[in-house]
Amino acid sequence: MKTSPDVATTETAKHDYEPVIGLEVHVELKTKSKMFCSCRNEFGAEPNTAVCPTCLGMPGSLPVINRVAVEYLCKAGFALGCDVAPYSKFDRKNYFYPDMPKNYQISQYDMPLTTGGGVTLSSGKRIRLNRIHLEEDTGKNLHAGGAMAGSDYTLIDYNRAGVPLMEIVSEPDISSSDEAEDYLAELKAVLSYIGVSDVKMHEGSLRCDANVSIRPRGANELGTKTEVKNMNSFRSVGRAIKHEIARQAERLAAGDRIVQETRGWDEVKGTTYSMRSKEEAHDYRYFPEPDLVPLALDADVLARWRSELPELPDARRKRFAQQYGLSEYDAQVLTAERSDADFYEATAAACDDPKQAANWLMGDVRRALQSAGFTALAQSPMTAAQLGELIRLVKSGAITGKAGKEVCDILVAKGGDPNAIVAERGLGAVTDSTEIAAMVDQAITANQKSVDAYKGGKANAFDFIVGQVMKVSRGKANVEIVRALIKERLG
Amino acid sequence: MLTGHEIRDRIARRETSALEITKRSIDAVAASEPELRAYLTLTPEYALARAAEIDARLARGEDCGPLAGVPVAIKDLFCTQGVRTTSGSKILANFVPPYSATVVAKLESAGAVMIGKTNMDEFAMGSSCENSGFHPTRNPWDLSRVPGGSSGGSASTVGARGVPIAVGTDTGGSIREPASFCNIVGVKPTYGRVSRYGMIAFASSLDQAGPMTADVRDAAIVLEAIAGLDPMDSTSADVPVPHYEDALRDDLRGVKVGIVREFESSISGDAAMSSLYKEAYAALVRLGAELVEVSLPHAKYGLATYYLIAPAECSSNLARYDGARYGVRVSDGGDVYQMFERTRAAGFGPEVKRRIILGTYALCSGYYDAYYVRAQKVRTLMKQDFDTAFSACDVIACPAVSCPPFELGAKSDPVAMYLMDYFTIPMSLAGIAAMSVPAGYVDGLPVGLQIAAPAFEEGRMLGVAHAYEQSTRFAWARAPKVGAA
Ligand SMILES: [Zn+2]
Repeated sequence: MKTSPDVATTETAKHDYEPVIGLEVHVELKTKSKMFCSCRNEFGAEPNTAVCPTCLGMPGSLPVINRVAVEYLCKAGFALGCDVAPYSKFDRKNYFYPDMPKNYQISQYDMPLTTGGGVTLSSGKRIRLNRIHLEEDTGKNLHAGGAMAGSDYTLIDYNRAGVPLMEIVSEPDISSSDEAEDYLAELKAVLSYIGVSDVKMHEGSLRCDANVSIRPRGANELGTKTEVKNMNSFRSVGRAIKHEIARQAERLAAGDRIVQETRGWDEVKGTTYSMRSKEEAHDYRYFPEPDLVPLALDADVLARWRSELPELPDARRKRFAQQYGLSEYDAQVLTAERSDADFYEATAAACDDPKQAANWLMGDVRRALQSAGFTALAQSPMTAAQLGELIRLVKSGAITGKAGKEVCDILVAKGGDPNAIVAERGLGAVTDSTEIAAMVDQAITANQKSVDAYKGGKANAFDFIVGQVMKVSRGKANVEIVRALIKERLG
Repeated sequence: MLTGHEIRDRIARRETSALEITKRSIDAVAASEPELRAYLTLTPEYALARAAEIDARLARGEDCGPLAGVPVAIKDLFCTQGVRTTSGSKILANFVPPYSATVVAKLESAGAVMIGKTNMDEFAMGSSCENSGFHPTRNPWDLSRVPGGSSGGSASTVGARGVPIAVGTDTGGSIREPASFCNIVGVKPTYGRVSRYGMIAFASSLDQAGPMTADVRDAAIVLEAIAGLDPMDSTSADVPVPHYEDALRDDLRGVKVGIVREFESSISGDAAMSSLYKEAYAALVRLGAELVEVSLPHAKYGLATYYLIAPAECSSNLARYDGARYGVRVSDGGDVYQMFERTRAAGFGPEVKRRIILGTYALCSGYYDAYYVRAQKVRTLMKQDFDTAFSACDVIACPAVSCPPFELGAKSDPVAMYLMDYFTIPMSLAGIAAMSVPAGYVDGLPVGLQIAAPAFEEGRMLGVAHAYEQSTRFAWARAPKVGAA
């Protein structure tokens, strides 16, 4: 068997088969304490320091529902357009695994907190949700040598055990790896907007399993699906799905059947591998958690939680496009993170020019962030007021665009008052016509060829002369005055 | 040994001290223990230090609670901070909890002095104490016989008056049956009346802690001390706790006592037992009660229902005993799952394994609806049976057991042992209040009368039991002297 399908079969897959994909996304909720005990819920603490009898599953310990986790899940449900159940319950999911202190997980089986709802992709396509339910996270196994098999010993960190986790299950409405990545990005945007999770896949606060099957294009019946696990980024989710679609297409093309199984994604090899077959699948022996009473939520509590939701990314995106006249793309990028969108609106207000604010954030600020080594705007010490002032200085001609870029770099890296930076570095624009006229005359004399060319009808020769003047002024000359004077001289 | 309330009163009158009482209790237990073996762990140093502390506080005029200086024994499935807690299982032979059960904490704040942890059937699974992972316990009325179970150690030591008060737990009869066997008072409160926090779970939806005492007044005092809402137990009820002693009465005028038709016909085959209970009902009538016949048509499904629900929950509750985090670990090479298997194979006794297998089977997909779901439906019907019955009566009086205490080894067939809980299981499934109070003797062996009341009507139940106890005086009878002292 080939480990990696070649390009030809991938192409065949694209044409002959239609992928059917559903995602199961686990999201850790950013509550102060754990799901069923009062231990603190934080990432990266010293191993086994955030534990108690309950989250260690000690004899006689009992769970108590964290109401804030319920609130966060309900808010996520409202934000995603789900039906929130006023009455639900918890169940036990039984299986033995060393990172699970009780050898069962408290989860929700047949009465999840929410049903329905959906995620709208940037294309406008809506991916329906099946359900969102609340459960507890497991601990973490640290195997000597990396894998349980063959390792000499395993250490277990139970800090994560009992952290509130919501599982968001989509309907199999996703048709490509791109849509899957888009779905995750939209989901992440919504969840980070409402502030219920860090949604960081690399820290494990968002984890995603993909159910993938393919069927002949136009067929009604679903193909046999595989569940793909162990992806650690949105990109690897996309790669794993792409690979799995191609692998299944190759098997079908070769006349084989798809085996229903769980497959792991190998990031390094870029392939999926069989983890366990359907026959080896657990019988989880779900039954209602007898240590908890059913969860009943008052209508007015639910109404209050709904009313506390902020403006969601989709609505904000539409408003940005409409109110500020931004392109769809710009609106999309600027609203992806709530803090970025807030920064943008504050900048636009400070410089009183929403278009320019968008241009700067999408262009020079982005570049400056990269060269300063920041991965997010929030990491920069620059404030929206400072950026707004910089934009105002450039707009007014007090500094040139080129000088503006230089100030921008400094602001992004260190923050500060743009006026002070301009003064300190002598970046103020040269606006004195006499001074500029001298530079223009010098440029005309030195570039007679271009002058002739311009006069002969070559328009771009004009820009060359402007460039020469700017060079002489070290970028500080007011370009409008430069252009006017050259025009005047050359007629 | 005096009763708990007698000790309370005498300490209040400065006629004795907590230390003197505690020493006497420790000596009495030490004398009888070689024959009874009611304890898994004794805590004499702790008890003496605590008694001295209570005396000092009393001397300063402090209020030390309604059980100040009263020695108590704690069933070994209540976690006790710093004191080994085994639940009668070898798998927890070395487990020392870092926390105390709410019941234990409440008893301590009521001034009680723990003198030891009592023996029990492993994880409370059994009706004779013979399933203890460590050793059997004997009945103080006849050392060849069992004390009942699973709270056998608590019943035995109170029956022998090593202590006046113990706490036990009742899942399907584990307080009431041993209370009946050892001629003491045993109360299974309403489900939710007493916190389960720190109680090692057998079947979460049925387990309930309760007093096992020398008399009804002590039961009332202890129940008041341990009952109430606990934020650590979501299934504990937010229902006010009355001062139960106020409910104790001396006559039963105006009380309607329900006699269960189905139970009477099932006990009628045993002439001695049947006549004992007939006499008990007659005693209630002499106190002014009116007897009315009631019916529990689904009671006959009690055992079948119980032996689906309880094992199902236990199969999940006991999954945590795998050797990974605490307790005994058996690991001689192999991977983590082999460690789980070896630990559980060596740590659990045969009855526990039997119930884990039963429960695992009942929860398997494909069987779940036929077994677990149907059992829950029967449970609902059983609750309705009691609702209907209590619309015609105030309390129910019925047998606590079908026989007096039996000899060790007499019930080697598990189903014969399961049948011991025939009269107690329906109340457990319905989650209502029930208790056993001494009702006389068959061949010189104690037998208890069961009194059941609607949910949270423990006061009414204790009141009826008190009147019965005061007039019949069976509770005053003492077991033959056990031990050298
Ligand atoms: Zn905890």
